[in-house]
Amino acid sequence: MTVNFNRQIFPGIDPEKHPAVEALRRDFASAVLDVKHSCGEVWAEVSLSEAIGALTLLRDDPVLNFDFLSDLTAVHWPKREGAEFELVYQLYSISHRHRFRVKVPLADGQNAITVCGLWQVADWLEREVYDMFGIHFEGHPDQRRILNPDGFEGHPLRKEFPLKGRVRW
Amino acid sequence: MARQEIMTINMGPHHPSTHGVLRVILELDGEVVVNAIPDIGYLHRGVEKLSEDRKYLQVLPLTDRLDYLASGSNNLAYILAVEKLLQIEVPRRAQYIRTAIAEITRIMSHLVWLGTHAADIGAVTMLMYTLREREDILDLIEETAGTRMMPTYFRPGGVVRDVLPDFQTKIQAFVDKFDVKINEYERLLTKNRIWMNRTKGVGVISREDAISLGLSGPGARASGVDWDIRRDEPYEVYDELDFKVPVLPEGDVYARYMVRLEEMRQSSRMLRQLIDGLPEGPFIERSPKYVYPDKERLEGSIEAMIHHFKLVVDGLTPPEGEVYSTIEAPKGEIGFYIVSDGSPMPYRLRIRPPSFVNLQSLLTMARGNMLADVVAIIGSLDIVLGEIDR
Repeated sequence: MTVNFNRQIFPGIDPEKHPAVEALRRDFASAVLDVKHSCGEVWAEVSLSEAIGALTLLRDDPVLNFDFLSDLTAVHWPKREGAEFELVYQLYSISHRHRFRVKVPLADGQNAITVCGLWQVADWLEREVYDMFGIHFEGHPDQRRILNPDGFEGHPLRKEFPLKGRVRW
Repeated sequence: MARQEIMTINMGPHHPSTHGVLRVILELDGEVVVNAIPDIGYLHRGVEKLSEDRKYLQVLPLTDRLDYLASGSNNLAYILAVEKLLQIEVPRRAQYIRTAIAEITRIMSHLVWLGTHAADIGAVTMLMYTLREREDILDLIEETAGTRMMPTYFRPGGVVRDVLPDFQTKIQAFVDKFDVKINEYERLLTKNRIWMNRTKGVGVISREDAISLGLSGPGARASGVDWDIRRDEPYEVYDELDFKVPVLPEGDVYARYMVRLEEMRQSSRMLRQLIDGLPEGPFIERSPKYVYPDKERLEGSIEAMIHHFKLVVDGLTPPEGEVYSTIEAPKGEIGFYIVSDGSPMPYRLRIRPPSFVNLQSLLTMARGNMLADVVAIIGSLDIVLGEIDR
């Protein structure tokens, strides 16, 4: 029986035993920066240069088969020097019904690489990350803002963006 | 010779069939859709940014306003994520009540979808019928939660107050009535020749495209993706309920209609099991660090007073960590990704909205169809702009 990683409330698992971690350690050992877990969920931090290869492996490996990109977002950590941003890929496998998370650290101003070729859904999700964080995706077919208007200044989900009072009305 | 060129027309944002403020830029070759580019963001309120300045309980009312037709489901998704972060257990009575509210919310959301979708295609009568049944559900939610559309009824650890004594009989009366009514809806539409002409073979999306485009919920199941989070990653008490997951291979508008109709029947079946099995016991687990104490204890117990004061002033403070928790909302997979840095406010809160992701498949569905079919396709996607724009 596979562990229901989505529902496990009390962590009691060994993150190294997760099939995705085992596969990454086996075939992409150089890409894996770190493996962490929280609340029963496991994720791997993967270096930007090898992220596409690692994600392709996760999608195409028959045992893993993460064919469904559930979500793609970013987190801003302004205090982390040289890794101010973190791209977060939430993967799900329709055939095996398991989940995994991949994180890719990025420096401020560094470009990410698109995964539109792996999952079509990434198109809008990457546009939203660009809109909210200002991260450019190399190779994205249509890099525009999506929720904010085209002439908008700044990227709202960066921590330095003020919560109120930018303009006096 | 006649001049041939692509015509660009603008649909919305003030178009009745776009279910809100959706604007679609359509490129047409004659009457055939060549390209359909949705333009969204008219309703953007910055919920994710706002959440970073609000305590965990103050975020809860914001989630009601995402998919305002199925607020109960959004609440549940958020609360489950917070509970996983806090690592607290929930009493069984609360789980049953929450599941019942989530299922009745699903019926409510599907009813609005059915009415508006049918009205878009031309069967306006349907809207009058479905809104009539929805009114019963709204009354029931009002009695239980105090509000009709924005219940904010769930809390970490349970629900905010117990259900009324006649909760079960009221739901029983509703499902008894509803099971008859849904047959009446089917009599109006399912074998209606106009309905079939407008929906069969329209807006087809293949199984591979549906998965790659992240389509979830009834839309995916109508394309042959046999996946329902309630069954495959059960939360609350779904693993104890007996229900079927309808899956159809066609992937057209008609299949999406049939899947949602069957889902309503299954929800009604689940509601019967839930009210029969509703256990006695507490409706909230009052773990002192995270849940307000019972109001009656405040006058007699200094500890209760202190806990209450601390929770109001400081807010509940989860440990450092992060969680991604998803549930099967009426429109698909809704997920909450919360990063906690150990402060009383979420460091980052990301909402994975099903409507936003589902809308992206509009182009794949609409390409090659007629202009008039775009209305049917948008209707069959069942989008809510409050959730897309957040």
